[in-house]
Parts: sequence; C-alpha cells; structure tokens
Amino acid sequence: MPKPMTLTEKIMAQSAGLEEVVPGQMITAKIGLAYTMDTLGKIVFNHLKATGATKVFDPDKVVVVFDHFAPATDVNYANLHNEVRRLAKEYNVRIFDIGNQGIMHHVVAEEGYLVPGIIAIATDSHALTGGALGAVVLGMGATDVAIAMATGELWLRVPASVKVEIQGSLPRGTMSRDIMLYLMGQKGWDGTKAEWAYQAIELAGETVRKMSMDSRFALCNLSSDAGAKNAIIPPDEVTRNYLKGRTRRTFQLFQSDPQADYADTISIDVSKFEPQVACPHSPDNVKPLSQLLGTKVHVATVSSCSGGRLEDLHIAAQILKGRKVHPDVRMIVSPVSQKVYQEAMEDGTFSILLRSGVLIGHATCGPCHGGQLVILGEGEVCIGSVPRNMQGRMGSPKADIYSANPAVVAASAIKGAIADPREFL
Amino acid sequence: MAMETIFKGKAWVCGDYTDSYKILPEQYWQGGAKVGNLNMEELGKHAMEGADPNFAREASAGKYSFIIAGRNFGGGGKSIEHPIIAIKGAGVKAVITESSSRYFFRNAINNGLPILICEGITSKVRTGDDLEVDLSHGEIRNLTTGVRLKSAPIPQNLMDILEMGGYIPYTKKKMAMESSKR
Repeated sequence: MPKPMTLTEKIMAQSAGLEEVVPGQMITAKIGLAYTMDTLGKIVFNHLKATGATKVFDPDKVVVVFDHFAPATDVNYANLHNEVRRLAKEYNVRIFDIGNQGIMHHVVAEEGYLVPGIIAIATDSHALTGGALGAVVLGMGATDVAIAMATGELWLRVPASVKVEIQGSLPRGTMSRDIMLYLMGQKGWDGTKAEWAYQAIELAGETVRKMSMDSRFALCNLSSDAGAKNAIIPPDEVTRNYLKGRTRRTFQLFQSDPQADYADTISIDVSKFEPQVACPHSPDNVKPLSQLLGTKVHVATVSSCSGGRLEDLHIAAQILKGRKVHPDVRMIVSPVSQKVYQEAMEDGTFSILLRSGVLIGHATCGPCHGGQLVILGEGEVCIGSVPRNMQGRMGSPKADIYSANPAVVAASAIKGAIADPREFL
Repeated sequence: MAMETIFKGKAWVCGDYTDSYKILPEQYWQGGAKVGNLNMEELGKHAMEGADPNFAREASAGKYSFIIAGRNFGGGGKSIEHPIIAIKGAGVKAVITESSSRYFFRNAINNGLPILICEGITSKVRTGDDLEVDLSHGEIRNLTTGVRLKSAPIPQNLMDILEMGGYIPYTKKKMAMESSKR
C-alpha cells in the first residue's frame, strides 16, 4: 500500500511511474500537455531545434495559442507571428491563430487539450489557472517547454501541499477571486515573502464544490503571483460536466487521501466577505473595498485570463443594464476567447454593454499587459478584473492599476470612482 | 568524466528576499527572455549589483566562490534566465539558499548552476568564511567555524543535467543516444 498522498502528489507519482512520492523529491515525469504562445513560441521552437528533435513527442499534446499580441500590433510582431507559424508547421503543431485565438490558459481547457489527472506546462506564469480542472498545471521557462515538447518528460520537484478549506456562501457582490486576493494579501506575492513559494495550493471545501468552472478558473488563476508551484481543485461532477463534449482524451479524477500530509491547512469562512482590491503597485497590496470607495478612475476593464470569462461578462452586464458608463471613464471589455465572445454576443450580453457605452474588444491578453486595447497614459488610474498591477504594466509607469472583481469594475465604471457593486445588484 | 561534486572556496552572504532585480538589475535583461545567446562574461560583470556593487569584481577575482542567501532567493515572478547566467559569469561555483523561488531553482539547474537549499545557513555562515560543499551528498562544512550543515543532496537525475552543463545539451545527448539505439 502506498502512503496517503495529496491530489498533487498522486498526479505526480502516476506521471513519474512511481507508487508514491514525497515533498522535496526530484522526479522525472511524463508531461501530458505543453503549450506556448505568440511571444515566446519562436524561442521555444529554437530551443526545440537545439535539442536535435525533428518532431514533437505527440502532436495531440503540444499546442500554440496566439494571445499576447494577437493580432499583431506592429511589424515586429507581424514578423514574429509568421516565424512561429512557419515553425509550428515544420513541427506539425496546431496553432490557435487569429480567428480561433484566445487566452491560452482558457483555450487549452475550452478546447479539451487540458484534462484532469495530467501534468501540463506552459511558458507563462498564469498557467496555474488550469489546476481548476484537477490537473497539475505549471508555469515554466522556454527551455523547459521545449524539452517537454521534444521528449514528453521533465524533471520536477514534488511540492509540499497546503490545503485551503473554504466554507460559507460568497455574499452578493463578491466572487471567487476575492478569496484569493484576500489570501494573497496575507501570504505575500512572489517578489516578497511569498509564504506559498514552491508549494501546491489545494482549494477545497463546500464553497469551492458549489463554484462554477468559471469561478474555479479565476480562483486558481489569482494564486499564480503568490509564488505557488500549482493550484488545484479536486475534480467532481462540475468538472465532469465541463469536460462533456469538449475532449476525446481519457482522463483520471484523482482525490487526496483523507490521511494525506499537508504542510499547512487553512480554514476560511467567506460568508462575511466583502470585495477585495489589490492596490498599486503590487498584487499583495490588498485592501477591502470599503477603504477605497471614491478613488477616481479613468479606465475600467473586464478582461484577461483572470476576469474575461462568460460569468465575468454577465455580472458586468447585470450591473450596467440600463445604465451608462461615466462620461470621464473608458470601459473596455475583452472576452477570454473567441467562443466566449460568440456566447456573449448570442445571449444578449454585448447588446447591454454596447448600450451602456462599453467598447467590446477581441480576445487577447493585450488589456492586462498594456499590449493593446488598454494603454494608460501618465497620471491615469485603471480598475480591471486583471491578475496583476505592477508599476508600468499597462503603459505609463506613472499610472495606477487597481485589480478587483468584474462587479466592482462595472460599478466603478458607472460612478467614475471605485464603487460598491451591491448598490447596483 | 564525472563532474567535480565537491567545491571549496569563500562564502558571500546576502539576506532574505534578494529578488531577480537585485541579482541582476533589469537594465541588463535586454530583450527579456528574447535573447538567444546570452553573453556570460558581460552579464557576469553585473552579478548581484542590486545587492552589492563590489560583488562581481571581487568574485571574478576569485575572492568568493559561493553565494549564500536567505529566503526566496531569485523571486519576483520572472522566468528569465539572465540572473543565473550573470552569477555563472562572475565565477560562482554554487548557490546555497534558505529557500529559492521556483523559477530561479529550475533555471539554475537548467543552465548548469549548482543550487542547494539549506535552512538555517545564513545564521551559520558569514561573508569570508571558508566552505567545503559536497553537492551529491548535500553537505556543507564551514571550515572557518567547524560547523557542518546538511541540505537535501542534488539527486542523480539533476546531477546528470549539471554534468552536461544544462538541460538542452543534456537532452541533445540523450536524444542522440536514443536515436542511435533505434
């Protein structure tokens, strides 16, 4: 009998072909999915070439998604995109190119490439999003992703697991991301104390079990900047229903053993929560919304891998319905993928937003990293449902970025200042 | 030939939260992760510049062989490999930390820079102490004070990568061996 293991340990043991693993152990494990994007794709393929590989280990388990500067925003990116297209063709790797583009961490789930029970890696720190499906999903450098593409395996350190038990129902105006923002404020981000550095964060409890997949993705996504290795949610019926009709891959729904060892267990009750806001210029500079009411904003955006899903667009539309964006505010919405774009168009969400004076952009990471759609000038203040708010991220280093849930963003867009969404719900 | 796994030399100690920006200030990152071939010698001139502007010169002259660091060394959420190349360029033989950011640990191994995690090391070693470091047994001997410290040893699968000078040359060799078997 192997010793009791956590969900993350079980997936790692299985992928390494071992009966059991312990935290700190260095293993060589099978990688079930490796993906990259437009900006780093060329370096990844060049590293792949340097290994001497003439093909990828499995064309069904390697994918490129254009998202960071998609479509190209200048000649350099246009040339880079063409280079990635050429290399992907040479290696027979599928690209989700313009027309099928979207933010990669969402697209790999939506398109059925990411399934529970595997280890997946991507050249981007927000890869942790995918742990919502009960997989171990890790951010890696270009070197690691290239090697996984060549060989289908990588060396990995087994992380200690931390369990976060979440109870209570989220009050009106709060969303899953508020839980992780609150925890980030406590645990510190990767640039500082990062108490969660190199650990697996298992998110469990009644509140998580009742969450939609959209909420689960947002919850895991926000943990990326806490320095954690991965975030993971025990797969259940919600997971199973999400996968129906999306994937042809076989998958396994692992669960943590009841006697598994955790480095720490945290219990939180969210029933008295209020929305949380990360203030300039760090994701762990988190304050409760009530302390920030009235802070003037010029730009509001519902977008990104953390806040551009259908549920996010729906709550924004619910608040904006029959109301107008404040004349001094530009509000920009960018759905997370082409599929979400289509759904939001067909279910009437876009009509509501358009009548309120919202600009609806395409699916891209652009608004969050200042690449396109949202670019801030000096002295401007933005509030967005984005994961990061470091100085200069959206353009001018003299701009301020607040990150909050999409309900807070929509309410603030109406008022022209940071506002409480409960006023409009 | 097997790689040398026991190193001797002097320690240089820095505190907690020495992030990527302190290891190598951002102005030297040029092109971020887009740079294909990094100039080790050039980057080495700026190693640890954000923590101690004299370090690179002194380490290159052979004064220091080991960087001893506190918690979350190399943090900041960045997967760039420049800081590791800079440390190698300054002639550092190994890095020993209380804890390390995940990206820094991976990129160190992947670029052939030995790294050990040893809790409590910053309280047992001072700048200038003579150390003997055994990578494959995870043992650090402070020859100046006589204190012996244990860390997790670097396991064989990672020693193999260090021995080849990094993950890409290691993979290249492995793949060539596999294709010659077929």
